[in-house]
Amino acid sequence: MKLLTHNLLSSHVRGVGTRGFPLRLQATEVRINPVEFNPDFVARMIPKVEWAALVQAADTLNLAEVPKEPTEGYEHDETFLRKMHHVLLEVDVLEGTLQCPESGRLFPISRGIPNMLLNDEETET
Amino acid sequence: MIDIQTKMTERALELLCLPEGQPSFLLDIGCGSGLSGDFISEEGHYWVGIDISPAMLDAALDRDTEGDLLLGDMGQGVPFRPGSFDGCISISAVQWLCNANKRSDVPARRLYCFFSSLYSALAHGARAVLQLYPENSEQLELITTQATRAGFTGGVVVDFPNSAKAKKFYLCLFSGPSTSLPKGLTESQDADQATELAFTSERAPHKRARRDLLKKSREWVLEKKERRRRQGKEVRPDTQYTGRKRKPRF
Repeated sequence: MKLLTHNLLSSHVRGVGTRGFPLRLQATEVRINPVEFNPDFVARMIPKVEWAALVQAADTLNLAEVPKEPTEGYEHDETFLRKMHHVLLEVDVLEGTLQCPESGRLFPISRGIPNMLLNDEETET
Repeated sequence: MIDIQTKMTERALELLCLPEGQPSFLLDIGCGSGLSGDFISEEGHYWVGIDISPAMLDAALDRDTEGDLLLGDMGQGVPFRPGSFDGCISISAVQWLCNANKRSDVPARRLYCFFSSLYSALAHGARAVLQLYPENSEQLELITTQATRAGFTGGVVVDFPNSAKAKKFYLCLFSGPSTSLPKGLTESQDADQATELAFTSERAPHKRARRDLLKKSREWVLEKKERRRRQGKEVRPDTQYTGRKRKPRF
């Protein structure tokens, strides 16, 4: 699971609503995957990123050098874009858990795939 | 099998009308082993896929797909914060929501949960193109009703409506202001053939027209023949003798 995906994931447990974001990340196995750098895509994703959640997740994974916020004119700042590309797309969480901040429900991550299946009682009706 | 999936993904991406020359971030519902995802990647876009089958997702892992995968049930809602995606596609998956696998499943509720969460997860103005195999028109109507309730506009685009084998349904949903529905593909260049059904909160006027016709009257016979012509069946031409009163022994 990439950190970009984690930044968009929100708990859909019944009754949680917007308080289901961000999911608290705990990782036991992380891998760095080289991914082709696409500055257009990274620049387009920057406005979508929730920075507090991203910085928090990066801290849990002990990632060095994560910018605290987008710099002015980031669209043309290649160094900044490359750093964000690495953080968002090249860090892959293989094993771990995601925890809903409101309900405490745990979603396990196995082989890089988060299991978001809910029980009947937890499903929003 | 692989080729059909890829062709449908290509057509779905075409119907998605993504802005040219820039990479988009898409959600693939029912991504399975990543066949559709691979095509999305080849087109230069990025994606996240959801599927309910661990076996299919394992196959996707073996195929080393580029997009992130999630194990999830679309009928429980797509778990993303608002405005996450530039678009959504789905190949041959949404009709499964109409099956009630457990006694507690209510298809209409699951459909609504799926569509309302999808509506939220899409960026404003984004589209969703869902290729599906509806079992019958009631099922298709159930699906489109829930999509409308969730706030979507749009309609069903039907490709090759006269071919039993090639006929494909694409549910095209718009989350922003109303746009015109793309035309479905046909073998011939018949422009008068209606290949799309737009749905809004308007009632269907033609159903009422049929009810007003007296059964077995000449108008009714002509209407029925016209209907069969539209279905592509062979019908005798209309003449002055069509629907005339026959002798009692007939």
